[in-house]
Amino acid sequence: MNTKTAPTALEINDLTVSYHSKPALWDIDLSIPEGVMAAIIGPNGAGKSTLIKAVLNLIPRAAGEARFFGLSYQQARNRIGYVPQRGSVDWDFPTSVLDVVMMGLYGKLGWIKRPGKAEREKALGALSQVGLVDFAEHQIGQLSGGQQQRTFLARALVQEADLYFMDEPFAAVDAVTERAIVDILQALRTNGKTVVVVHHDLQTVTDYFDYVALLNVEMIASGTTEAAFTEDNLKRAYGGRVAFLTHQEV
Amino acid sequence: MAILRGRFNSERAAWGAGLGAVLAFILILTVAGASGVTFDHTLRTVTMGGALLGLVTGVLGSFAVLRRQSLLGDALSHAALPGVVIAFIVQGRALSALLIGAAIASLTAMAFISALTRTTKIKQDAAQGITLAAWFAFGLILLSYVQGRPDAGQAGLDKFIFGQAAALVQSDVLLIVGVGALVCLIVALFWKEFKLLTFDPEFAAANGFPVRFLDSLLSSLIVAAIVLGLQLAGVILMVGLLIAPAVAARQWTQSLGVMVLLSGAFGAFAGSTGAVLSGVDVNMPTGPLMIVAACAVVLVSVLFAPGRGIVWTVMSRRRERQAVGRPSLGGVQPVMVKRSADDGQ
Repeated sequence: MNTKTAPTALEINDLTVSYHSKPALWDIDLSIPEGVMAAIIGPNGAGKSTLIKAVLNLIPRAAGEARFFGLSYQQARNRIGYVPQRGSVDWDFPTSVLDVVMMGLYGKLGWIKRPGKAEREKALGALSQVGLVDFAEHQIGQLSGGQQQRTFLARALVQEADLYFMDEPFAAVDAVTERAIVDILQALRTNGKTVVVVHHDLQTVTDYFDYVALLNVEMIASGTTEAAFTEDNLKRAYGGRVAFLTHQEV
Repeated sequence: MAILRGRFNSERAAWGAGLGAVLAFILILTVAGASGVTFDHTLRTVTMGGALLGLVTGVLGSFAVLRRQSLLGDALSHAALPGVVIAFIVQGRALSALLIGAAIASLTAMAFISALTRTTKIKQDAAQGITLAAWFAFGLILLSYVQGRPDAGQAGLDKFIFGQAAALVQSDVLLIVGVGALVCLIVALFWKEFKLLTFDPEFAAANGFPVRFLDSLLSSLIVAAIVLGLQLAGVILMVGLLIAPAVAARQWTQSLGVMVLLSGAFGAFAGSTGAVLSGVDVNMPTGPLMIVAACAVVLVSVLFAPGRGIVWTVMSRRRERQAVGRPSLGGVQPVMVKRSADDGQ
């Protein structure tokens, strides 16, 4: 079925998702090569987060399938890292930053086993990567928005995945944090990892990403940023509002 | 602000709170003894049962509160009533049969709520409210039907509404011990799974954990705790014994493990205190007494817990204001300067 020569990190075929019989995603085909930083962009309600969640089996899909490095989700699960939107959890939960990062290792630990010293070391390593090692023992409620986002990033980093999915990692973080996160993601790419990011800010697309998927329920266009991130495609994804949208976040 | 909140030893505060509960219980025992309560076999049994029950509900209540399922607990305990009455009609007054009936009724209510939210656009709270009302109303109708029958055996069935500890016998306590030990064992075994499920179910699912299974398991444990306590606390107030200890415990600690242990301790305090107080007057329903004790713990915790308590917050705000100068006096807003250093939010 997939006989391309370039290795593919993510291959989506005919994916359809519907909420209460209204399509949220319609017949999506997408292929993202290995070792790129890819942005999924599109207007509000385009189904960007839904796409990630459907691919990761977090929500049911009406049709279609996704393959990772040519494998099924079950087979490839240990090679996939996920950073959900930081607003999806309660940050007043009674736990420490280090503890949250260690949660990234729970899946590999297996049933009943508790995280120990090795997991602690790994988590501390990831925290120093994101510059939060001094916050390891802090309660997560004390973190600022940007620090929360970096904590979630560290939790994905400990998974040592080959393919990362991130849902709006730059939402409501300051410029310094955004730069720090971008640096980490680009380092991942340098090491041959693939990063797929749901992104909102059209202005930074060409700076950050080398691959783009433009989405508005249907897949409008996808390919290298040069080829796909064109005014024409943007107009098709956003309608006529694109000039306005490039200057103001929705 | 963030730094101010962190400037206390969270573990020491939790130990202090636990110790406070023990001291308060000793005080209550002393006062009860002084006012003529004799600690006979019955009262000892009841106190033991109340303490163990509170321990179990406190442990599970932590998860219910953190998962925002407090109202679900209320719905499930009310929903147990028709099960109790139907079990009585079918099987007679054997406690184990009544509790199995209660569990079945609660579990069907839980399934109904989840089916309702999944297949319709009815929201969670509305689904819980309507289910609570429907099951409880059905239970009340059945109860009045049974009470109208010329059958002496039904006497005391209405105690399930408000709870009656005096009826507790040793075998009931053993049942609480058995089920409670099993519940605690499962929580210990699945500790990291339950923790992850509670904090971030989506991430748990993305990491291959069977979230629906874990979710049902945890909810079933909560149902087990509720059912176990029906005879003591009653269907109406059972939720208080589930929620109040956890709410209080959350005030004192920043660690899930400490919160669960402390919540268990607070639950044990509330359960045993309610039982002892009902020993003063047998006509007093045990459930309300337990809940009053639990809510006293909540009150103290909400007011005085370091870090999160109201008194602490007011005091630290005042200290902060003194440190940066009163914003009302100067035109410059020092608070703004502080905020910008604190990265967004």
